[in-house]
Amino acid sequence: MLAIEDLSFRIGGFQLKNIRFSVERGDYFVILGASGVGKTLLLETIAGLRPPGSGRIHLRGRDITMERIQTRNLSIVYQDGGLFPHLSVHDNIAYPLKSRGSKELDGKVNRAASQTGIADKLNRRPESLSGGEYQRATLARCLAADSDMFLLDEPLSSLDAKSKIELRALLRKLNREGITMVHVTHDYEEAVSLATKIGIMENGALVHVASPEEIFRHPKSEFIASFVGIKNYFRGTVRAVTGSDLKEFCSNGIKIYCLTEIPEGEVFLMIGPGEITVSNEAEAGSARNRFKGVIRDMIPARLGMDLIVDVGVEVVATISSDARNSLDLEIGKEIWISFKASSCRIYA
Amino acid sequence: MTQPMISFPREQSALGLVFAFLGGALLLFIVAPIAGIYWDSMGGSMAEALRSEEVRDSIWLSLWISMAGTLLFSFLAVPLAYLLARRSFPLKGIVNGIIDIPIIIPHSAAGIAVLGVLTRESLAGRIANAVGLRFVGSPAGIMVAMAFVSIPFLINAARDGFAAVPERLEKIALTLGASPARMFFTISLPLAWRSVLSGLILMWARGMSEFGAVVIVAYNPKTAPVLIYERFTSFGLKYSTPVAALFVTVCLMIFVGLRIVKRKV
Repeated sequence: MLAIEDLSFRIGGFQLKNIRFSVERGDYFVILGASGVGKTLLLETIAGLRPPGSGRIHLRGRDITMERIQTRNLSIVYQDGGLFPHLSVHDNIAYPLKSRGSKELDGKVNRAASQTGIADKLNRRPESLSGGEYQRATLARCLAADSDMFLLDEPLSSLDAKSKIELRALLRKLNREGITMVHVTHDYEEAVSLATKIGIMENGALVHVASPEEIFRHPKSEFIASFVGIKNYFRGTVRAVTGSDLKEFCSNGIKIYCLTEIPEGEVFLMIGPGEITVSNEAEAGSARNRFKGVIRDMIPARLGMDLIVDVGVEVVATISSDARNSLDLEIGKEIWISFKASSCRIYA
Repeated sequence: MTQPMISFPREQSALGLVFAFLGGALLLFIVAPIAGIYWDSMGGSMAEALRSEEVRDSIWLSLWISMAGTLLFSFLAVPLAYLLARRSFPLKGIVNGIIDIPIIIPHSAAGIAVLGVLTRESLAGRIANAVGLRFVGSPAGIMVAMAFVSIPFLINAARDGFAAVPERLEKIALTLGASPARMFFTISLPLAWRSVLSGLILMWARGMSEFGAVVIVAYNPKTAPVLIYERFTSFGLKYSTPVAALFVTVCLMIFVGLRIVKRKV
């Protein structure tokens, strides 16, 4: 649907270098990178708000590199301050409709507002909205504009934790309903919980584009590894365990106990490689999760060593070289790994 | 024991006292002469001045000509202010400087400059004459003289207003399908409106108070400042003061209106 070919340019201190990626219809593409690497610049270039230095942009099968902003039909959402402050929520949502001379204004405004859950706030002024309501109104306006692709520039960064979770759910819902998303963020949790495809941006270049599983399990560079910090990343379902405060996470036949407030459903689970204990025998202790597995690989890390242990799924455990020697570990050896339910992080 | 909070150390409170005294003297310097003309106009001479048709006409003439000039020239000034706020172009610094020239040159010189352009011998004068428009000694000429000296106030205020509108909102409007013209009239102008309006009021007030440039382009018909001057030179202080008091009252009302607009809009 969207294809970026060798996009490069420089503005002030920012530089984009040979950016190349494609987004299919229905994708949720997250560009993950530290602040100040040119992510906003990239989105504004796609939207047509800045001319590219070189390279081409194709949208819906057409070259739109030099096309007018108004006809691209891409909606952009910024971190904050995107609503027109002098217009009510209703008039903000109606703005794109009026721009295109649309009929049935009120019907369409109400529909967009209902989809994002702000139908009761239509008469309010933007400054009287909470952070979450504000971004909902912004998304409603994008829906009213009838764009099939949203460009989201850190849309959740100004929100409190609760609104963040609610807005993520809304973004996922809109994506399921057919809107293609290109979302830039510095927050890997956001990437984990939303993306179907992730691009890692480093120094103005897109250094790795792949599925979240691929990115987190096999980071291509030291930068990505340290930036995302996560190697044990699993997609699965979580459900309550009767008679216990634990919940049970299932993925590929493996059951992991975890402590989480998240209700039942599809989730992502992460465990830091440093939180996994390796032993030659099954250890009794507070760790609720114990698995027997085989060492598939041993990779020297910046500090210590990463063990790839196959317990039905591959789990990465970081240990010290000292532990490796005293446990007499080698590739192919059968060992036990254990970790606490409270060290599992769950994201809806 | 904690000491009670003292807002100024001892040495500074003496300094504060000296500064307050100096500041008070300056305020008196502004307020006293104005209060003086009201004092001198007591005993019905202001009401008498108001009954004079010549006085009423001159005040009315000052008000409407300046208003007309402000509105007419705003169609040129507001777009220029927007360009200055949003675009960068070669020699922009010089353009900004040119806009301030009318403020710094003597207003009699400004009048002479304007007159030079508007006389029947000049190109502009000949073209105006051909379509039956006369500038010298006419309301049209007064309007041009007033606008010449007061337009920087509008351009500067509007430019600052547009510069304060987040560019991001304009970009968003474009992505939502607005044409650049729709973007300007529905986003940029409404959001800069407070500054534009205060610029309009400033230009209007400054224009109608203008004496130097106006008297050179058109002694007649007489605006209020010209009438005050004429009464002073022909009949002395006693006869000019009530007219001055009346006109100052009108100006002060507009000034108070401006302050209210600045706070409320």
